Amino acid sequence: MSKRIPWTLIIFLAALTIPWLGSRYYTFLSTQIVILSLFAVSYNLLLGSTGLVSFGHAAYFGLGSYACGLLMKELSIPFPIALLAGGLMGAAFAAVAGYFCVRLTKIYFSMLTLAFAQIMWAICFQWNEVTGGDQGVSGIPYPELGWMSSIPGLDGFRIGDYFYIMTLAICIVCIWILQRITNSPFGRLLTTIRENPERASFIGVNVHAYELAAFVIAGGFAGISGALFGIFNRGVFADFMFWPKSAEVLIMTILGGMNHFWGPVVGTIMMVVLNQQITSYTEYWPMVLGIILLVLLFVFPGGLVGAVDAGLKRVTGRAGGRGDA
Amino acid sequence: MLEIRNVTKTFGGFTAVSDVSLTVDKGQIAAVIGPNGAGKSTFFNLITGALRPDTGSITLNGADITGIAAHKICGAGMGRSFQRTNIFPKLTVFENVQAAYIAHRGRGHNFWSPAESFYRDETEALLRSIGLWDQRGTIGGIMSYGNQKQLELGLALASDPALLLLDEPTAGMSANETHDAIRLLEKIAGERHLTLLFTEHDMEVVFSIAQKIAVLHQGRKIAEGKPEEVRADPEVRRIYLGHH
Repeated sequence: MSKRIPWTLIIFLAALTIPWLGSRYYTFLSTQIVILSLFAVSYNLLLGSTGLVSFGHAAYFGLGSYACGLLMKELSIPFPIALLAGGLMGAAFAAVAGYFCVRLTKIYFSMLTLAFAQIMWAICFQWNEVTGGDQGVSGIPYPELGWMSSIPGLDGFRIGDYFYIMTLAICIVCIWILQRITNSPFGRLLTTIRENPERASFIGVNVHAYELAAFVIAGGFAGISGALFGIFNRGVFADFMFWPKSAEVLIMTILGGMNHFWGPVVGTIMMVVLNQQITSYTEYWPMVLGIILLVLLFVFPGGLVGAVDAGLKRVTGRAGGRGDA
Repeated sequence: MLEIRNVTKTFGGFTAVSDVSLTVDKGQIAAVIGPNGAGKSTFFNLITGALRPDTGSITLNGADITGIAAHKICGAGMGRSFQRTNIFPKLTVFENVQAAYIAHRGRGHNFWSPAESFYRDETEALLRSIGLWDQRGTIGGIMSYGNQKQLELGLALASDPALLLLDEPTAGMSANETHDAIRLLEKIAGERHLTLLFTEHDMEVVFSIAQKIAVLHQGRKIAEGKPEEVRADPEVRRIYLGHH
C-alpha cells in the first residue's frame, strides 16, 4: 500500500541469503525469528488492527504444535497435512474461546482470553496419555527435505538450512496472506472497530462477528507457526501455551510497533537477538532484558518502527502518510 | 414513514419515556424538543434500537424495527448521528467515509482485494457534497469540532438512508458553525429527499427548519404540531419556552 515498495518480496529475498552465510548459528537464530515473526504478525491482527488485547494467544500456538507434532510422530502423517492440521487446530479452538471472549470488551475480554488459555494449558499439562504431560512430546520426526537438494542452486546445504528455507517460504506466504487480509475491506472494517466500536455498528458492522473472525484467523496462523516451532524445537511442551509465552508475543508486537504491519517482525528480531546476546553475558538475563525492554518501550511508545517512521516524516516533511497497517 | 406507537421505557422505578406516539411522514423535517431530562435521548435510543421499549412498537416503512440490532439499522434505511461526535478518529476523512460504504454495501467479507480501491467515486461525491473533499487526507480526529460533525453526517449518509436521525446536530457549535451546519443539513435533505428527525436545544434552529415539532416533558409528549402551533401552545410556553 505505502509507496508501492514490495516489502514482502524484499524481506523474503534478504532472509533467503542467510544459509549462504554458512553459519549454523545464524540459520538457527533466523529460523526461530521467522517462525515467531508469523506468530507476532498473527497476533497483531487482533492487537493492531482490531484493538483487541489478547492475553492468551500462546494457547493456539501451542495447540497447533501439539496437533502437528503428534500427528507426525504417532500417526506418521506427512508434514504438509500435519502442518495444516496444526493451523486448523488453532483456528477451531480460537473459534470456541473467541465465541465467548468477543462478548466482553476491554480488560474483561483480555481476562477471559487468559482464562481460556490457562484452561487449555492445564489440560495439556495434565493429560499424560496424549500430550505426555510435563514431559511433553519429544522426538518429533523432521519432515523429509532431501528433495530440496535437487533444486538448482540449493545443493550441498545442511538439513537445518533446508528446514530454514522451507520455513521461510511457508511463513512469508502466511504473512503475505495476513497482509492482504489487513489491507482488505474486511481489515478496514476491523480498524473501524478498533477506532470506535459503537460507531462501527452504526455503519453496519456486526462487531461481534468481525471480532470473532479476526480471532479465528489469528488463532489459525498462530497454530501454523506453533506447528513449525514444534518441529524446529524437536519437541512440544506445555510451556508453549503457558501465559509468559502470551506475554512475550504481546511485548514483541508492542516493541516493534503495532501500528505498522511489519512492526511485530522488527519486535521479534529485537527480542530473539537480545535474548541470545544477553544470555551469553550474564545469568541474570531476564532482569537485563526486562530493563532494556522497559527503556525501549518508554522511549519509543509507538514501537521501533513507529519511531523510525516519525523520524523519516520529520526529515522529509511528508504529511498524511500512515504506513501500511 | 416512521411510526412510533405508544412507547414506554422505565429504568428501575423511573419512567423516562411514557406512552409516546409520533408519526413522521416521508420528506418531512421533524424535531423533538424538550428541557433537559425530558427523555429526548432515551426516546432517540428507542427509535435506533439502542434500547428496547417496555411496551409499544416502532415501524419504518411498515417494517417492525422495535429493538433492532445496531448493525442492522442502516440496512433498514435509517442513518444516525450522535450528540457527542462519533467518528473513527485515527482514519483519514476519506477512509472514514469509504469504510462506511464498505460496511453498508456488505463488502466486509472480502478478505483479499485492497480496500483502498473500493467506492472511490462514491466517497469523492459524498465528500464534495458535505464540503470535506479538500480535507480528504486529514486524520479525522484532529479536525475542528464543526468539521468532525460534518464527517459524522457523511458517515450516516454513506448508507443512503431514507430517514436520518440527528441527536443535537449543533451541540457545542459556535453560532457560525451552527448556521453553516443547518444550511448544509437543509441542502442535503433537499438533494436527497431525506426525512429528518432531530433533537435540538437551540430554539432558533428548531423553528427555522422543522416542519413538525413534538415537545417532550418529563417523559410525556405534551404537544405536537407545526412550529407556529407549538409556539402558541400555552402549556409549552409555560414549561419550556418561558425559560428561554
